[in-house]
Amino acid sequence: MRKKFFEQMLLIRLFEEKIEELFTQGILFGTTHACIGQEAVAVGITQAMNEGDIITSNHRGHGHFIASTDDVDGLMAELMGKATGICAGRSGSQHLCKGDFYANGITGGMTAVATGMALAEKLKKSERIVISFFGDGALGEGVLYESLNMASLWKLPIVYVLENNYYAMSTHISCGVAGSMIDRAKAFGIEAQELNTNDVEVIYSSFEKIADGVRKQSRPHFLVINTYRQCGHSKSDDCNYRTREEEIGWKDKDPLTILGARLDKDVKNSIREKCASRIESAVEKASKADFPKIDSIYEGLFQ
Amino acid sequence: MITYAQSISQALDYKLKKDKNVILLGEDVCDPYGGAFKITKGLSTKYPDQVINTPMSEWALTGLAAGLAMRGIRPILEIMFGDFLTLCADQLINHATKFGWMYKGKVTVPMVIRTPMGGRRGYGPTHSQTLEKLFLGIPGLKIIAPSHFHDPGEQLIKAIEDNDPVLFIENKVLYTREIDELENGHIFDYSARKSKDEYETIILSNNDFKEHQVTVLTYGGMLPWVTVALNELLLEDEVTSEIIVPSYINKASMPEILESVEKTGRLVIVEEGTLFNGWGAEMAAQVINDGFELLESPVKRVAAKNVPIANTKILEDAVLPQVVDIKKAVEEVLK
Repeated sequence: MRKKFFEQMLLIRLFEEKIEELFTQGILFGTTHACIGQEAVAVGITQAMNEGDIITSNHRGHGHFIASTDDVDGLMAELMGKATGICAGRSGSQHLCKGDFYANGITGGMTAVATGMALAEKLKKSERIVISFFGDGALGEGVLYESLNMASLWKLPIVYVLENNYYAMSTHISCGVAGSMIDRAKAFGIEAQELNTNDVEVIYSSFEKIADGVRKQSRPHFLVINTYRQCGHSKSDDCNYRTREEEIGWKDKDPLTILGARLDKDVKNSIREKCASRIESAVEKASKADFPKIDSIYEGLFQ
Repeated sequence: MITYAQSISQALDYKLKKDKNVILLGEDVCDPYGGAFKITKGLSTKYPDQVINTPMSEWALTGLAAGLAMRGIRPILEIMFGDFLTLCADQLINHATKFGWMYKGKVTVPMVIRTPMGGRRGYGPTHSQTLEKLFLGIPGLKIIAPSHFHDPGEQLIKAIEDNDPVLFIENKVLYTREIDELENGHIFDYSARKSKDEYETIILSNNDFKEHQVTVLTYGGMLPWVTVALNELLLEDEVTSEIIVPSYINKASMPEILESVEKTGRLVIVEEGTLFNGWGAEMAAQVINDGFELLESPVKRVAAKNVPIANTKILEDAVLPQVVDIKKAVEEVLK
């Protein structure tokens, strides 16, 4: 388990470092939002899910996607805009979909969709639960509270996972979020919990219990995890709104450092080699793949 | 004979009974209230597991419907007044209508938003508007707005069975009207035929499809005003006309319009929404692009004035298009 967690977190980290490099080389085009420093959330939670559980994600979703689908090739090709990408170049970085994983780039927007999915599973009497990832920026969007209200009224099997990385783009939570985050959920009668950690094993074991309760009792849960985005908001961000001291302080709490301390150096090295080679191979395959055909734009759309 | 409202209610009843994956949700839709316009009365009693009363949360409800649809349910969301579609806009534009295409066909989003639209009932500036024009140019969204000469219930059944998101517009003034259906080539006093589309366009003639002097294009709640205006013109000045009435109002191509204009050379477009950037502007542009040489006079548009809809009747009437406006436009194109 420990090795697997490390491998997944490192795979996400190296993937995102690679895409930064590809942007610099002009191979990638557009923008992207990396989750460097937040990998423990993605891995700890998705590893504690059951097969068939549903995820909704946001603009910062590479970590959630890789941790739950392991499809590095499909994601790399998607980011490169190739026909072999998971959505054939239509979705890019922010709108990923594969299997039971659905992301969209509108802040907070997927919380409502996730709530509908939880209602669907409840109506179908399935055992599936929904995990809805969003950031502290989404706390400003009213649709979240409309969703929490309905999830509580109808006892829907959904976990709202608030990844608090302290900044909505450049705006610190002290300027954007009044009062307490978890009290907002408690006000709707939703059980809420806050984790102050980047330790993937703590997140995993906490989430196992949460998921179990949500599944068995069919009710919502609101989980706040305080973490930190070591990189900028997007590729154009120079992080001039925060101090270097703050960034260094969080480097010590890097999830890979925390878990890495529990693993042998040789084990870590071999995992690193494996991850790096998977990413190189993904880049190579995606580079050789074709771009989508121009006349494919109408596919799947009525006129 | 049944009313437009009864036709819609019966369609909902039919689908809820036939398909247990169909659910109906909205504000105040359950009994005893049965919806602000009573369309859903009785349904929650008959289908308690399929009809859900919701809080007033149009924004999240639209996303909720999309989420349901993507996981195998067929939701019908009632939005109490069409004016509130502004609250649904983000979930409709950036979520529901995007998923199918941007996920490369991995999902379908079979959801219907039903909403009453339009004025003439004294509800004032925020409960009387015709706002479907705001949603006309959104790829992936069908806007179905049947008239009382369509079978609105049948149109709704098709919308519920449709695998794409549908915005279903019910003009409030039509609710109490009896619906007239095509029988032996006639609807009411008109010679009539329907296009072969899934959501039919109706073509009406007050001269047995022989010669016409003018083509009038309209939809939904404006049809009764158009028929009154054209009847008066027929009786007063022997003006013959063909009326084209689509139900699927943002369909990319409506060949019936050019076919008619080819015969008449004259076109008047009538809608209840505001003139600027309206449905009529798009339709006129299409006719001018594809059939400019067919036109013998400029296309005229009749629409609401670019003013909010006042509460008091005298001002509401002044803002919304009236029979006299339609007659005047027809007379102008015939000059």
